[in-house]
Order: sequence, then structure tokens, then C-alpha cells
Amino acid sequence: MIFFDKVTKIYFDGTSPAVADITLGVEPGEFVSIVGHSGAGKTTLLKMLFAEVIPTEGAVFFGSREVGKLSNDELLKLRRNIGTIFQDYRLLSTKNVYENIAFALEVAGRSDEDIAGDVPHVLELVGLSDKIWSFPHELSGGEQQRVAIARAIVNQPDVLIADEPTGNLDPINTHDIVGILRKINDLGTTILLTTHNKSVVDSIGKRVVTMDQGRIVRDDKEGKYSL
Amino acid sequence: MSLWTTIKRIARYGLVGFVRNGFVSLSAVLMMTIMSFMLVNIMISNAAMTSTLQDLTNKVDVTVYFRTNASQEQIEQIEQSLRALPEVSSISYVSREQALADFRARHENDQLTLQALDELGTNPLGASLEIRAKQTSQYESIAKYLQAQQDSQSGAGAAIDKVNFYQNKTAIDRLTKIIDTSEKNGIAKTVFLALCALLIVLNTIRLAIYTARDEIGVMNLVGASRWYVRGPFMVAGVLYGLVSSILVLILLYPILLYRPVLIGLDPTTELLFGSFNSFEYYTAHFLLFFVVLTGTGIALGALSSYLAVRRYLNS
Repeated sequence: MIFFDKVTKIYFDGTSPAVADITLGVEPGEFVSIVGHSGAGKTTLLKMLFAEVIPTEGAVFFGSREVGKLSNDELLKLRRNIGTIFQDYRLLSTKNVYENIAFALEVAGRSDEDIAGDVPHVLELVGLSDKIWSFPHELSGGEQQRVAIARAIVNQPDVLIADEPTGNLDPINTHDIVGILRKINDLGTTILLTTHNKSVVDSIGKRVVTMDQGRIVRDDKEGKYSL
Repeated sequence: MSLWTTIKRIARYGLVGFVRNGFVSLSAVLMMTIMSFMLVNIMISNAAMTSTLQDLTNKVDVTVYFRTNASQEQIEQIEQSLRALPEVSSISYVSREQALADFRARHENDQLTLQALDELGTNPLGASLEIRAKQTSQYESIAKYLQAQQDSQSGAGAAIDKVNFYQNKTAIDRLTKIIDTSEKNGIAKTVFLALCALLIVLNTIRLAIYTARDEIGVMNLVGASRWYVRGPFMVAGVLYGLVSSILVLILLYPILLYRPVLIGLDPTTELLFGSFNSFEYYTAHFLLFFVVLTGTGIALGALSSYLAVRRYLNS
């Protein structure tokens, strides 16, 4: 479903590539953890999937379409079909929880009735039903990340990209977030997770791709964290 | 999704953003309020200038006094030749009798002068022609023409007693210069202030949107179309303009009535300007002010927001 075909990314300021000649395929419904030190190229790799970073060489395919060749409109549709969550949550600070999640549905062109039905439902899934009218600054880090997850999955995307989602969280919240991600994966969504949290990777017990200096050094079907 | 739903959502988010970002909105509104007051200042100053120039120009004239023995034909001949000049806009004739009546009216409290006049027995005053030019700068050439007629001492020219232009020449010259410079300065001032105001407003809105640049990035990431991201900011920009212009339109009533100096209109200038009253001008031209202020406010707010968001939309 996702295929990185010999992709290389060289940023303007760096001489060594952030990502070097990577070929990687992901099947539908997989849960792939990508691990590696900071600067190993994990985030760059993920960003290429929704065209926030354009590869210097090679191509990225989503389904049968090459991401780099999509028109502006097609790219917007693709982004609505990929959920993203980040270490720093990236919520809309002037919008409350309901509006943050509703925004993703609105840009996908859903009706107000659909939105009013879907938002409470997805908040229930992430266990935040009681915070529906809170603003991001009124929530803890773990709660904000759950809102971000709710926003990412509310459009029922084919793929969920989680870039260091537990990086700012304590162990208990980390455990909860991983639990939510596994639940989403069980419901059929493909998940690409980057992390350098050993216990997270070990507890998931699924495919692990290890990166170092822009290259893939290991790819285990049921791997553990090893660096 | 219907276009109507999209517009409704954009408008709602714009309004909600305006209210929730209260402090940012307040500073943008205040900036635009100051800009609007500058605009008002320019509009009223220009109007006052124009009206004063009109007044002064109307007061200036060249008067030809005729000898007491000048015949009606000679006066008419001069009048005809003056009408043929392209610079002349109007001529009014004051007969000897009229001049005497005017003189008596002017000195009705001055018994001594009136007695002297009565003792004289005859009317010592000559008829005169008051000539208005189309522009103040044209009096000189009219006066020169009359001077030449008088100097020739032939025909009707012999009937001219004196042309009063040269007594008023310095005053008229100076007035011409003042009018000229103030018109030029007025345009320069207008352009300069408008440019300053434009830059300040643009920058304020850019700063307001700078604080939201991360949000714009997130909206891009979630797959929002450009107009869906840009729209609410433009709605907020329109609201800055609308709120500030309405504020100004309301505040102008007490300010112009009691303290026009608050918006840079000096009361001493107003005295100098004589008949011009800024409050009366404002109330009489309210529609003009309404259209100009709300129009520039809305256009400037929307345009500034559009430009400011554009920087962060290029993902």
C-alpha cells in the first residue's frame, strides 16, 4: 500500500543525506515501528509520505499513485486520508476540543449533522468525552495527545502516522496512548510509528524498522528495540 | 459540501477568531482607528482648504474706477473689451449713484464726513467695474491690460481714473503663492500619511497572523484548502476594518463638535478658515465619510490578511 522506492533526501544546508537510498514497503493493516537515534531520518521519511518533504531522488507511492506527482487538490485529498500525530500535539489553540476534531471533518466536506455525531463518538474511543468543550491549554499533555489522535482518526484514514507521539509524556500516559494506537490498528488502520522509547516498541511486538544515519539497518517482522 | 456551508463555516470561524483573539483584535482595531482618523483629518483639511480658497478667491477682484466725467459709452466700451478676455469670469458695474449710496451707508455714523459730502453739493465719486478672474494668478494680466488702456489715454482709456490692482498687488501675489503651496503640500501630505497608515495597518495584521502561523501549518496538514485556511483570517480582517470605521464614525460627532484638535484639526486654523465648520461639513457629508471609511477599512483589512496568510500558506 505504501512504497518508498529508493528515496534520498538531501537538505540544502547538509552535505550528508537525511535519508539515503531507502526502499521500504508497508502492507495495509500493518503496525510498523520505526526506531533510531535522533537525526536518523525517521521523521523525514514519514514527511515524504504526505509531501511535506519532497525527496531529492526516488519516489514515494501511496496505493498506485506517486505522491510527488499529485496535483494540489489531490494532495489535499491524500492528506485527509492520512492521519498525523506529533510529539508537540499541534492542536489549534484558539479552538476547543470539539472544534479541533470538527475541523478535520469540515475540510473533508462533511455535514454539520455528521460532525455532531462523529466527534463525541471518536472522543469516547480515546476516553476524553468529558473534555469536549475544553481548550488545549486547559488539558494535560496526555489529554492533548488524545485529542490529536481523535482528530487524526476521525476521518477514518487508511494510514495513521505517529511521529514520536509519546515523546513528551509520562509512562502512564505513554502506556495509554500506545493502547489507543493498538486499538486503532485492530480496527484496520495502518500505523507508522516513530519512537525512541524502548518499552513502547517492545510492548507492541510488531514489525520494527531500525534506521541509522539515513539508512535502514534492520527490518524485523516481530522485532524488539535494539540499537 | 455546498459552497454555502463552506461560506457559513468560514464566516463563523472568522467571527469566533475575532472574539477569542480579543487582544490581537483590539490592537488591530485601534491601529485601523488611528488610520481612519488620519483619513478623516485629510478629508476635512482638504475640504476646509478648498472652501477657504473659494472664499478668498471670491473676495479678490480688480476694480477700475472711472473719472466722474466718464460717459456711459466709454464705460460700456471698457466693459465689452474686458468681457472678451478669456481670464475674466464676471464683471459687476457700480454706478456713480450706487457708489454714493454705498459710501453713505458705510459712513452713516460719521457725521463729519457726511457733512463734508453734503457741502460739496455734487457727487465726487466715479462709477466702477469690479472684475473677477477665473484664477487668482490671472489678475495680473487683467490689470496689465487695463493699465495699458489707461496709459494710452485714447478713446475709452481716457475715462479710467485708477486701477486698484497695484495697491493690492502684494496681497494678491502672496495669496496666490499660499494657495499654490498649500495645494501642493496638501497632496504631498495626503500621499505620505496614507502610505504610513497603510504600512502600519499591514504590519499590525501581519503580526496578528504571525502568532497563528503554526495553526496555519496544522490546517495545511489536515488537508484544508487554501481558501478554507485563508477565509477566516480575511473575515477577521474585514471585521477589524468594519468595527474601527463604525467606531470612528460615532466618535467623530463629539470630537468635531467639542475638540477637533483631538484628530489634528487645529481650532485656530478653523478660525482662519472663517466660514468653514468641520462639524457641519461632517454631518452634511456623512454618507461620503461612511462609504470612504468603511470601504477603505474593509478593503485594507481583507487585503492585509490575504497578503499575511499567503506567506504561511506556501507549504
